[in-house]
Amino acid sequence: MSSAVQTPATDAGLRSRQGRGRRHLVGRGALYVLATILALWVLFPIYLITITAFSPRDVVREYPKNVIPQEFSTESMNFFVNSTGVLGSLWNSVLVAVITLILSTAIGAPAGYALARFVFKGRDPYRLIILSTRAFPIVILSIPLAVTFLTWGIYDSIWAVALMHTALAMPFTILITGSIFVSVPRDLEEAALTLGCTPLQAFIRVVMPLALPGLAAASIFTFVLSWNEVFAAVILTLQERTLPAQVLATLTSSPPHFRFAAAWFMLAPSLIFIFLIRRYLLGLWGRVSR
Amino acid sequence: MAQRAKWTPYILLLPSAIYLAVFFAVPMVQSFGLAFQDVDNNWSLDSWRTMFNDARFNEALLTTLLLIIVIVPVQFVMAMGMALVINAKLKFSGLWLYIYAIPLGISELAAGIIWYAIFTQQGWLNSFLQGLGIIERPFIFLSFQNEGWLIFAIVLAEAWRATSIIMVILVAGLQGIPRDYLEAADVFGASFWQKVTRVILPMLRPSLQVALILRTILAFQAFAVVIALAGQGATVLSAESYRWYQDYRDPHVAAAYASLTLILSIASTVVILWLVPVREEQTG
Repeated sequence: MSSAVQTPATDAGLRSRQGRGRRHLVGRGALYVLATILALWVLFPIYLITITAFSPRDVVREYPKNVIPQEFSTESMNFFVNSTGVLGSLWNSVLVAVITLILSTAIGAPAGYALARFVFKGRDPYRLIILSTRAFPIVILSIPLAVTFLTWGIYDSIWAVALMHTALAMPFTILITGSIFVSVPRDLEEAALTLGCTPLQAFIRVVMPLALPGLAAASIFTFVLSWNEVFAAVILTLQERTLPAQVLATLTSSPPHFRFAAAWFMLAPSLIFIFLIRRYLLGLWGRVSR
Repeated sequence: MAQRAKWTPYILLLPSAIYLAVFFAVPMVQSFGLAFQDVDNNWSLDSWRTMFNDARFNEALLTTLLLIIVIVPVQFVMAMGMALVINAKLKFSGLWLYIYAIPLGISELAAGIIWYAIFTQQGWLNSFLQGLGIIERPFIFLSFQNEGWLIFAIVLAEAWRATSIIMVILVAGLQGIPRDYLEAADVFGASFWQKVTRVILPMLRPSLQVALILRTILAFQAFAVVIALAGQGATVLSAESYRWYQDYRDPHVAAAYASLTLILSIASTVVILWLVPVREEQTG
């Protein structure tokens, strides 16, 4: 395209193009500098907590600290993992996240499919209601829910936390699954129907395989959401803590090396999860913001 | 078939509608119900009075609002920088995106502890400052006597943790701007700045609006980061709600804090919708 526009290569035109080229290079260089600074801003604190968490206890207390790690040790990490309540809360965290994932997908995905595939009265209002839940800090609702859960007899259980986390994840799940199903071509589904599939078969054999990568990414995101959530978890439990709730509840009484090991331990899975879904992030959030 | 198609979408929606009614709409009403009742379930304004007269109330309210006013613009500038980098299609663009997105998966609590490791008395910041000869002995940043530093540390921790979500929304928005628009601007000789103000920002409005709302609402929920960094040294509304529920065992005052937070969230959403309106044809 550019050659057609730029055929009359007059002297003036050439000069300005060279100028633009140089400016372009400078701009490129500046962008790489900016990109690196921003990357360091994200990564450097992670580096610091990592070397702190894997230093022996005495080194953690040392001052001034050395930015080059002196000695690798799992002492702090062992201390953290074997502290009272940590392993139990870790298991609870996994259970809560898995229940949240299953519940929000089982309940949210059909709604997303309905919004994506059917035209019906009330479709737009329902979508609007789901969108408008964004205007509410949902976890704050743990306070009234705690009172309700007490009367239901599920207060201080993983179910209390999982039900709350499902409410938190549900609007996201509905919108995301909706947009994923929209992106599966309708023609394919209709072709399956014409070839004799029942609607359910068409869904399972045609739509699901195509939607699966996106759904997996959304599921991982839901898992992370639940894994990280702390306000609801700490309000709704006393003994049956999730990991963040356990760490928060014992924070003031725990020594520094416990805290730093805990922070690293909570952070590590996120690095992997975000890595797994990195290709889908823009799709996930780009769609939700529309 | 036609008959079923008519009912199918409603049946598919029903479970989610029931779930949101039970775990979202009802608790919302209950929150106000609890806040307007006393311990014997009589209607009363006692909880609100207790809340307003609480010694920490003013501080909690002011800190919450201050944090939002400071953090949100800082994050938007940083997120814009990140989005610009991603959109420029540099080498390793996937890597940049991954790095900037990492904090998306980091919990508020972990972020709070990480920045505690930096700002604590024998922490990294003091080590660096001392190494550079700027200070002679460790400076106590995280003390209730240094409220400015406390707030500063919280702002940095929040900016570090929650910029990625804005970045991702902005990048997605930027990629949604048709190339033709920018090329047309080039043809008409628009400068970089003109392209930003006349094409990119107006086209980005829906994304900006969503990011602003999401971020502001998240800021109202910020809590673990404050506790991890400041302990009792600083407080916000959600931390007070937690304290009243957990330490004083008073769900009514806790619900008053929760209700106030809900009202403020809705108010700020309305303000954002008014400040950053999106025209009808831009949605969808």
